[in-house]
Amino acid sequence: MIYIRRFLGFWYHFIVGDDWRIAVGVVVGLSLIASITHVAHTQVWWLLPTMVVTMLTLSLWLTARRR
Amino acid sequence: MRDVLLVLSVFLASVVEGVEALTIVLAVGTTRSWRSTRYGIGAALLALAVFVAILGPALTSIPINALRLVIGGLLLIFGLQWLRKAVLRASGFKPLHDEVAIFTKATAKARKAGVAEPEGIIDDWYSFTIAFKGVLLEGLEIAFIVVTFGANQGSIPLAIAGAAAAIIVVVAAGMVVHQPLSRVPENTLKFVVGIMLTSFGIFWGSEGAGVHWPGSDAALLGVIALITITALTQVAWLSHLPGNLKTGNA
Repeated sequence: MIYIRRFLGFWYHFIVGDDWRIAVGVVVGLSLIASITHVAHTQVWWLLPTMVVTMLTLSLWLTARRR
Repeated sequence: MRDVLLVLSVFLASVVEGVEALTIVLAVGTTRSWRSTRYGIGAALLALAVFVAILGPALTSIPINALRLVIGGLLLIFGLQWLRKAVLRASGFKPLHDEVAIFTKATAKARKAGVAEPEGIIDDWYSFTIAFKGVLLEGLEIAFIVVTFGANQGSIPLAIAGAAAAIIVVVAAGMVVHQPLSRVPENTLKFVVGIMLTSFGIFWGSEGAGVHWPGSDAALLGVIALITITALTQVAWLSHLPGNLKTGNA
């Protein structure tokens, strides 16, 4: 059990890293784009870049504030 | 154009990781046993080759849109992690990566570690293990980038070529200099790689979710420009905030 936890922990740290909120934001963003594109048939190419800029700024601000 | 950017991104990322692996390898090789260090490197390279050989073809068999959505998303999360750290380093909220300091620390640790009886072809298990772990962990990042970039672009051999060229350059430089490549602007390279990984992640992830970019491939340049400007602005902004290592005013 401990090996499985270590293995999963390694991959979590490898891909997600220090701020899990960014990973959640990316998943939410892509799901939102897929829903809007396929259900409403609207092109929202600007949505992910906007979300990324906002998420990164927020994550950096939270880190800086903690120091 | 995408191919050129792909090779460039994989090359730069591989240089960064290659330089880090070289520092570890040199630290154990020069202080303990080159023979065991070489076995460690060989075993790690073999494991990485198996990883790419299994995952590469498996990924390319997935429908392209699903692949771009999942792998683009993973690449974006991974790239944002790189970029976030790079911005924190550039603005003084995280110490800069210093190969000489890492080499000094690793060398001291290697000297302190005890000597065990040689077993089989490995005369020093410490050298073998440290070299194996170092090359495997740094190489795993290269392998991840090679597989995700290559599969998304439908050209894993091209991504492998970019990584191989970088490894050859780093190994050749390491053999000539025989000390950590501290003059490589590693922190700047990490910043650039973070921008490229994030930009490709946004581009492919959005395409996978059904987006048609205005201007097709040319939009990638726009995304790169946006992320570059954003990251540079964030560095300038954070540099003025209290608590960073540059100003020291907590």
